[in-house]
Amino acid sequence: MRGAGAALLLLIAVGIPLAVRSEWLIGTLTLIYFFAFLGQGWNILGGYAGQFSFGHALFFGIGAYTSALAFIKAGWSPWLGMWLGAALAVAVGLITGHLSFRYGLRGAYFALVMLAFAEIFRVAATNWAWVGASFGLLVPLRGHAPALFQFGDKRWFYYVMLALLLAATAGVAALARSRLGYEMVAVRENEAAAAALGINPYRVKLTAMALSAGLTAIGGTFYVQYFSYVDPGIGFGPTNSVEILLRPILGGAGTVWGPLLGSALLGLLGEATRGLVTAHAGLHLMLYGALLMVAVVFLPHGVIGLLRRRS
Amino acid sequence: MSALLEVRDLSKRFGGLQALSGVTLDVGEGEVVGLIGPNGAGKTTLFAVVSGFLRPDRGRVTFAGRDVLGLPPHAISRLGLARTFQLAQPFPELTVAENVMIGAFAREPAPRRARRRALEVLALTGLGALAERPARALSVGLRKRLELARALATGPRLLLLDEVMAGLDPAEVEETVEVIRGVAATGVTLLLIEHVMAAVMQLCGRVAVLHHGELIAAGSPAAVAADPRVVDAYLGEEMG
Repeated sequence: MRGAGAALLLLIAVGIPLAVRSEWLIGTLTLIYFFAFLGQGWNILGGYAGQFSFGHALFFGIGAYTSALAFIKAGWSPWLGMWLGAALAVAVGLITGHLSFRYGLRGAYFALVMLAFAEIFRVAATNWAWVGASFGLLVPLRGHAPALFQFGDKRWFYYVMLALLLAATAGVAALARSRLGYEMVAVRENEAAAAALGINPYRVKLTAMALSAGLTAIGGTFYVQYFSYVDPGIGFGPTNSVEILLRPILGGAGTVWGPLLGSALLGLLGEATRGLVTAHAGLHLMLYGALLMVAVVFLPHGVIGLLRRRS
Repeated sequence: MSALLEVRDLSKRFGGLQALSGVTLDVGEGEVVGLIGPNGAGKTTLFAVVSGFLRPDRGRVTFAGRDVLGLPPHAISRLGLARTFQLAQPFPELTVAENVMIGAFAREPAPRRARRRALEVLALTGLGALAERPARALSVGLRKRLELARALATGPRLLLLDEVMAGLDPAEVEETVEVIRGVAATGVTLLLIEHVMAAVMQLCGRVAVLHHGELIAAGSPAAVAADPRVVDAYLGEEMG
């Protein structure tokens, strides 16, 4: 039943650009998939392993800056730079993870340490001329160049993002059924009990951090190719960190479908309130704040949790 | 031939409280040993030190010929020394079967086989019918049983049970005694902290008594019950 539903959704997702010629619809859906993908990355660490990161822009920024710089400075195709960015994000994730988990930081303390690391990178990028300083980086356009992750037609981006989201979601679904996935949940639910059963909480959390960081960095590369631009605030800023964590929490952290559902709901909400939000700058952040509070207080397991309780 | 678990001269102080004071205790392979003593005698502290959750100030702990002091809890668990917690610590969002599966991974890395092993252990511990319930829905008594099942699923050589019968009604105690007897029959060595004396008398070949952090007596249940120091410290006049 669930498999059939997912297959139908997938068929619709693949078919939409063929049937509809609306730039607006394609763009909106691409961003919904994009944020669902980022949410899936956050979900591994924040949802399954239960380590609430308030600074995932750190990895996003590393991905965006690395592939853009590799292209601008060395002529690397962003398809290659994407993997370099992911590798760097994993390395940084292992360092921040080691520093946090080795000393047993949890909850709010871990969240704040992640925010602090992202801020360090934001301030460093703002003051470093070689990476564009406060202006940021513009990706030089080469027309329609699929080998360089640049497309003349936005529908290409749509399909690339859809494929990335599918791969990430399939990966998370496989993780959830694997030994590692169960170990992450055990560590989230009760670290002492997990350790008593032979699970090394430090290793499990570090693995979650590495997977989460790599995935999030790939999202960063997509962003910079799609918008041809990144600056320190967009890349490493706290607003971006909130954007990343909001959707999985709203949809249901620690579930396979939570980030997708959260992203779809927020995408619809964004479109519904677009006029309001463009007229009053910053209003969408207040809206996010309110939503986050509602989700945390009333929906401890997100909208998915609500649906499950009903059924 | 040395004992499976050797505790030597173990001391631990918390501020002004001497929780353990020069405790020496051996548990031989295949034994069922009871650890009794009034509240605050240091029993749970001893478990925490042996399982790697606490560092003692002094002393030595050897398991299966290996010095385990300083090893983290997960490493000690992997050597075959499992424990339960006095206050049950289930993974509340997981089902009963999944809880036990987490323990079973220690023996069966593949999820499908771990699950099968978990279901076997649940059948053995009388929780089979509850396999698909979320752990948070269990009563306190059943949570303690789950705690036992989960530790058992790791396939331990030595199992430390911390008051798995506290708060159970007499019928449940009887059931749990049978479960533990079954576990012991499979060759697992047991060290159990217990206040339910009837259960201790039925299960244990040997009993050790802690009082104010010191081991004041050890021997057969009957000998310990008759020891005047034990009677003074713990059992009082009512022990017939």
